[in-house]
Amino acid sequence: MSQLSTRHLLGIKDITKEDIQLIFETADNFKEVLNRPIKKVPSLRDITIANIFFENSTRTRLSFELAEKRLSADVINFSSSNSSVKKGETLIDTVNNILSMKVDMVVMRHSSPGAPYFLSRNISANIVNAGDGTHEHPTQALLDAFSIREKLGDVAGKKVAIIGDILHSRVALSNIFCLQKLGAEVMVCGPITLIPKYISSLGVKVEYDVQKALEWCDVANVLRIQLERQQIKYFPSLREYSLYFGVNKKMLDRLDKEIVIMHPGPINRGVELNSDVADSEHSIILQQVENGVAVRMAVLYLLAGAR
Amino acid sequence: MQKRLVLDQQQIDIILKRFCHQLIENHDTFDNTVLLGLQPRGPIVLDKIAKTLEKISGQKVKTGYLDATFHRDDFRRRDLPLKANETKIDFLIEGKEVVLIDDVLYKGRSVRAALDAMIAFGRPQKVELMVLVDRKYTRDYPIMPDYCGVKVNTLESQYVSVEWTEKGFDKDAIWITEKA
Repeated sequence: MSQLSTRHLLGIKDITKEDIQLIFETADNFKEVLNRPIKKVPSLRDITIANIFFENSTRTRLSFELAEKRLSADVINFSSSNSSVKKGETLIDTVNNILSMKVDMVVMRHSSPGAPYFLSRNISANIVNAGDGTHEHPTQALLDAFSIREKLGDVAGKKVAIIGDILHSRVALSNIFCLQKLGAEVMVCGPITLIPKYISSLGVKVEYDVQKALEWCDVANVLRIQLERQQIKYFPSLREYSLYFGVNKKMLDRLDKEIVIMHPGPINRGVELNSDVADSEHSIILQQVENGVAVRMAVLYLLAGAR
Repeated sequence: MQKRLVLDQQQIDIILKRFCHQLIENHDTFDNTVLLGLQPRGPIVLDKIAKTLEKISGQKVKTGYLDATFHRDDFRRRDLPLKANETKIDFLIEGKEVVLIDDVLYKGRSVRAALDAMIAFGRPQKVELMVLVDRKYTRDYPIMPDYCGVKVNTLESQYVSVEWTEKGFDKDAIWITEKA
């Protein structure tokens, strides 16, 4: 198979295992491109991509922009903070105005879950979801799984613990779908208030003790506490959270095996992850960022080639 | 399906040996020469040539595999996108004499894309093209091989199929086949 089963990447839930494998195989080739003296290929030179970010982003936006530029696409950037959205323009109007400038693909981040689905039903451009509220963040899950595959050889059969604020995390949901499709076992771990009530119906294990989760897993993906999405207090204090759910070097030293530590960034050092772990040889956090560009290049390339 | 044999195992072996002697004649010690096999089928020819060269002259030549999928001009224009292959070049080609190696030369578009892809590894001093089969009068680009195994007359309705023992066939052979 050489093309995806879909025209848009809205969520991992909608794509197949074969799609994920094709993205990984293509990303392998792009990773090689990124290590060349000239890190650019002309594949998307006749394509214009709009990066539409209604929510703050540093890593994802830069990573997408770099991926687009490495593929020779023309890029326009839009962020809601300095746009007409502030003047009351609707999502569909904003996007239609951008599309009338002959844009072929839209990379969108929005605070409302489902916003990219709504868009895909109303416009003809290919859509890539760069995070929709607490719903999905498909490219993050892809680059996480790609990084596990790179580090451990395969994702199938591996045990991955996702630790932290599961309730507000789009990364957690996309990761669960992606890892399960690739044959990994998934556990979520965090304070009882930050774990969705029916999450075990997705076939994941639930654990409230971080040390036990670390003992169980081959890979720990530690998530950020999303204070900006928390309207009420889910735990008494950051200090208490860090004490009970933060991952530190002592906890890793107690294990009788080596595990891989991941984090989608940005890290709240000293809260969910201590610096002695984030900067240790267990951590592949910077490799995740590097792989992000290759994986996003693969996604954009394959979607642009889809008929 | 109608099939016509173009080259059998013995003829292919003779051509590969001839290629090696021509390369030795033109590149002498291979100090400044690299051989690049064009994916997906060039690497098999390249590996055979590198092996034969080592046998004949005792010299180990620098080799690499080049994939030009991301440099093709028919992306988004063909029904099914092509799948990319591995590029494996662990050296720079700046100032080198490069020999591009492929099995069949048809429209010349793959070679054009390969020339484009190759530049990412530096500016070569000279580039040559080596192909086992040259399909005459079919070119879209002004591209001609410097080393050619055999020239064949073919129709648009035909394709040249190359069978290698490395790919599970009983013998190496090259055929002209009618497209289904």
